[in-house]
Amino acid sequence: MSDAEPDAELDPDGDADLGTEPIWPATRTGVLRDAAGVGLATGAYGLSFGAISSAAGLSVLQTCALSLVMFTGGSQFAMVGVIGGGGAAMTGAATAIMLGVRNAFYAVRMAGILDVRGWRRPVAAQLTIDESTAMAVARTTVRSSRLAFWATGASVYVFWNLATLIGALSAHALSNPRVLGLDAAAPAAFLALMSPRLRSREPWVVALTAAVVALISVPFVPTGVPVLFAAGVAVIAGVRPNGATSRDKGAR
Amino acid sequence: MWLAIAVGCAGCFALKLVGYSLPRRVIEQPVVKHVAELLPVALLTALIATQTFTTGHHLQLDARAAGLVAAAIAVRFKAPFLVVVAVACVVTALVRVVA
Repeated sequence: MSDAEPDAELDPDGDADLGTEPIWPATRTGVLRDAAGVGLATGAYGLSFGAISSAAGLSVLQTCALSLVMFTGGSQFAMVGVIGGGGAAMTGAATAIMLGVRNAFYAVRMAGILDVRGWRRPVAAQLTIDESTAMAVARTTVRSSRLAFWATGASVYVFWNLATLIGALSAHALSNPRVLGLDAAAPAAFLALMSPRLRSREPWVVALTAAVVALISVPFVPTGVPVLFAAGVAVIAGVRPNGATSRDKGAR
Repeated sequence: MWLAIAVGCAGCFALKLVGYSLPRRVIEQPVVKHVAELLPVALLTALIATQTFTTGHHLQLDARAAGLVAAAIAVRFKAPFLVVVAVACVVTALVRVVA
């Protein structure tokens, strides 16, 4: 899924803004149109997820279960990527969970805007992903922000799952995915997902170190584990004293 | 497989839910944020490297590398996601046919 950083500030207690939008119907139409557009666009990712997952050996049902329940693109691609590469399914799950960490930070941001309680809280949590958060924090009032979150989340959920099913069914119809170069699809997808993050020197250094560490360890450890070593690279780089503050300021 | 799917789904959902339940200051530590920003970069690059340059437990340079280079060029020219993926597949398949 796309990679917008929800950096825009929005007053978390800005309930006073409710209803003060000058031309609400026009704003609402715009929000809903954007939500539909984002949903359609992520449908394209969903197609490739369905196809890659099938090529990795997951059944149509398993592929659809990931989109319905896990519902966070990067994690899903990673999970089937590890499995497709011959790794243990549990290693894939661990990688998926680590890639899902960013959603916790999105949820912190959205909690201040949505103010959800009871049964709506788990629903909001499930819809908390790159796209819904990015669209919500891009809005300037709480009212439009909330609408953007729910509309984008719902739209992406519908299109993502439909596209997953179509992608999985079409890949299953192919006899040998390698002939079509489908084994190159996952790395290309990861590259497209990661490239917006390479905005400064530090992520480049981490990326290259992670790649080298992973490749060097491949002959010696079970398949999938090299990726977990790479996570160690990120943790070491992240907790290094004075690494966080000074470099981040330079990058923003 | 189903157990791993359940574990992965539960873990990802728990992470989403924890952000709505924990106090903001607990989760928004600078170090935690910094690690969270670097994790995807490290994980995705490692996945790219291992899935492009290895087969089983061996390092291997084959048609997939050409696909990855083509994908990188497509990303450089800001091609849409599906185009990047399609270019990688087509180039890899063509190199296999020629080789």
